[in-house]
Amino acid sequence: MEGDIVQMGAYIGAGLACTGMGGAALGVGHVVGNFLSGALRNPSAAAGQTATMFIGIAFAEALGIFSFLVALLLMFAV
Amino acid sequence: MATETQTGAAEQGAGLAFHPMDQFIVKPLFGDGAVGLFTVTNVTLWMALTVLAIIGLMVLGTSSRSTIPSRIQSVAELCYGFIRKMVEDVAGKDALPYFPYVMTLFLFILFSNFLGLIPGSFTTTSHIAVTAVLAMLVFLTVTLMGFIKHGAGFLSLFWISSAPLPLRPILALIEVISYFVRPVSHSIRLAGNMMAGHAVIKVFAAFAPMIILSTGIGLIVTPMSILAITAIYALEVLVSFIQAYVFTILTCVYLKDALHPHH
Repeated sequence: MEGDIVQMGAYIGAGLACTGMGGAALGVGHVVGNFLSGALRNPSAAAGQTATMFIGIAFAEALGIFSFLVALLLMFAV
Repeated sequence: MATETQTGAAEQGAGLAFHPMDQFIVKPLFGDGAVGLFTVTNVTLWMALTVLAIIGLMVLGTSSRSTIPSRIQSVAELCYGFIRKMVEDVAGKDALPYFPYVMTLFLFILFSNFLGLIPGSFTTTSHIAVTAVLAMLVFLTVTLMGFIKHGAGFLSLFWISSAPLPLRPILALIEVISYFVRPVSHSIRLAGNMMAGHAVIKVFAAFAPMIILSTGIGLIVTPMSILAITAIYALEVLVSFIQAYVFTILTCVYLKDALHPHH
């Protein structure tokens, strides 16, 4: 019985951890959207900044991946 | 963790035809004993295939060295030029001695990501054990190099001289924490992306044979999931490349920090 409740809590927690993905989606969308709006105003400077955009995406996305990791830990390690 | 998944799915009699995480189980290549330190596993096989593929591309690509490049030579030159330009642009000209290391990292991650997309194969980079070694190697190399090149001056990376003086200790604390989180996020980003992407494909693949179980709902679910597999597979090819690119470009950023620690 007690183990079942712990497992239920772990599953609920894993589901809740997935809301973090929404945050990562907002972050990545914000980075790329702002990059595009800047790039369309000054297309000649855009090519040199794609690397910076990818670094920004990577940082924004890392935190979303952390939420995925928390979900995995709750599913398999707890 | 892996065996737990397998038995867990079997005990519950889950609806899926196979568990989406089954593909990440490390198992011995010959027989089915325990996995020890020197057991030849499927990870060993696919890592060896990755290295062989890289050697194949580079040796075949550079063997003829004709003025008008053949297709394989074009690909080899494209990889070389792409990474060389990245190192030069992001880390600066004086980082070029470290170009072979960055190139090796990029090719290894790219090829193991791509080989992992072959149905039935094993994605070595989906395991944190593999990516953590790669990321720790980058972290240690960069830190050691910074201290060897600049001595204690490397610590000025954490002391932001352009900030107002009262803020500097707080910023230094934040910088130190973010410096030590680097290998964690560096490795988990790659492993998480690979694991999540491949698991999504397998989830849809498990829904695909629904038409055998029930022709009613299967008529809708099976074509939908096959379409979804195709779309996600294309996305995964893109993600495989972007993650290899992101890993190498972050390596270049860390290299730049070590070479020029002064803000």
